[in-house]
Amino acid sequence: MEITKKDIEHIANLSMLNLSEDEVDGYAKDMQEIIAFANQINEINTDGLEESAFALDSYNVFRKDEVRESFDRELLMQNAPSSNGVAYQIPPVIE
Amino acid sequence: MKNITKLTSHEIREGYKNKDFTVKEVVESFYKNIDEKDGDIKAFITLCKEDALKCAEIADSKISEALANGTFDELPALFGVPIAIKDNMNTYGVKTTCASKILENFISPYDATVIKNLKEQGAIMLGKVNMDEFAMGSSCENSAFFVTHNPVDLTKVPGGSSGGSAAAVAGDLAPISLGSDTGGSIRMPASLCGIVGMKPTYGLISRYGLVAYASSLDQIGPMTKDVEDNAILLNAIAGHDEMDSTSANIEKKDYTKALINDVKGLKIGVPEEFFGEGIQKEVKEAVEKAIEKLKSLGAEVGTCSLAACKVALPTYYIIADAEASSNLGRFDGIRYGYRTKNFENLKDIYKNTRSEGFGKEVKRRIILGTYVLSAGYYDAYYKKAQKVRTLIKKQFDDAFSKYDVLIAPVSPTTAWNIGEKVNNPLEMYLADLFTVPINIAGIPAISIPCGKDNNGLPIGMQIIGKHFSEETLYRVAYTFEKSREV
Repeated sequence: MEITKKDIEHIANLSMLNLSEDEVDGYAKDMQEIIAFANQINEINTDGLEESAFALDSYNVFRKDEVRESFDRELLMQNAPSSNGVAYQIPPVIE
Repeated sequence: MKNITKLTSHEIREGYKNKDFTVKEVVESFYKNIDEKDGDIKAFITLCKEDALKCAEIADSKISEALANGTFDELPALFGVPIAIKDNMNTYGVKTTCASKILENFISPYDATVIKNLKEQGAIMLGKVNMDEFAMGSSCENSAFFVTHNPVDLTKVPGGSSGGSAAAVAGDLAPISLGSDTGGSIRMPASLCGIVGMKPTYGLISRYGLVAYASSLDQIGPMTKDVEDNAILLNAIAGHDEMDSTSANIEKKDYTKALINDVKGLKIGVPEEFFGEGIQKEVKEAVEKAIEKLKSLGAEVGTCSLAACKVALPTYYIIADAEASSNLGRFDGIRYGYRTKNFENLKDIYKNTRSEGFGKEVKRRIILGTYVLSAGYYDAYYKKAQKVRTLIKKQFDDAFSKYDVLIAPVSPTTAWNIGEKVNNPLEMYLADLFTVPINIAGIPAISIPCGKDNNGLPIGMQIIGKHFSEETLYRVAYTFEKSREV
């Protein structure tokens, strides 16, 4: 199966990435090889097997709904690229 | 007496008890070594010298008091022991960069559970160490900042992704360190640098505060100079944590009790698939010799087959990259981390921030992960890989119904040259051939040194066990280590 530049552009858009033309070429070539390699998994018979999301059997783990100390807002806000001290700032999204 | 920076954590503790040196002297010795050697090795991204020296002073006064009162033995095993931390674990008030431009200036507002545990037990953080960006890589060359060099031979890679953690310990820049292992990221660098590294059972160590790469595979683990230190450090970080819903709620064990120099009657399986094509002759011979050694010490050895492991590598890259593409969605330039200067609207912020902030390999994995999850390909790749995961788990279960442990090489080759594989992603992925099946099955494996190649580069073997069998792994590793000392 061929991975085209158009495929890469579509996937990059879904991934919220802008790629230069060189990057699109490079990733199309890499992906072609990697997907050909990944197709090996189809050689393995998995009829009748369930999917495993992870290695252990735990299911629906709950903890008590208790009020506890939260993060320090000032510290959190210090990491924001743009804020007014109490809220994150982004460009207007409604005209 | 040995140079302080060559000591293990248990030797450092002996030194405190005998008043051979103070915590301050120990911490200063490591920083002195870092000053002298890290210009070449390049293990550390961030140093915490001021805080570490403050902690050392407090630790010294507590140790003096304990020695005067005869209560020294009550102090935690790692009290006053310096440690290096992989830069993907959150450390309050200190940068956590994941070796990525997108988190270059991120200061953690909280401690990961492992860090909280270490601090409570009096361990002293020397600094944060280098890694492949977001733990994606096998050589530590994918760091956005600099390449870490293998202390055994500076022209070679240290392995990855926990390359900084391994290089810090192997280069005597820290006595112990923490790494994380998603597809081999603790065992591979431990093997290439000649130290001991444990990838514990999935769920044994809390992942709370570990920046997620592939959540169903990630696990934190200890990287040390010897097996005893490894058990001590695992003791310090293992345990149930309600902040991680995948954390196993099991009784806490003392792994140092498993340091028993005896393997009589223990059943060792040798999985055929791990000794086939593409493996360097010296690596194969060293691991086979190690198995013979254990046999001569009373272990029973047989062979087994794990046929599904042939496709473990593509299975791993499908699952890991699918999870990564989702986990890395949080880096959007809004709440923390880098934000592009080049935007007019919100979508520009997302796209340009991510395009400018992520490195080449991270983008490659996001693209692959998004591809295998996208409409039309989900069933063929992601769903299929999740079924293969079930099969791989089952085949390991079958093997462990006959054997207590399995033994295999860690890396098909010893450390390669810096730059050798950077332009061929698939070839780099192949380095993880023998380590990824263990993460897929969620089982533990310890990498320990078992020889050197003709160029003096370390060879590692991994001892693999069933879920929560870390004690058995330590017993085998300890016995082998002791047999090499005589």
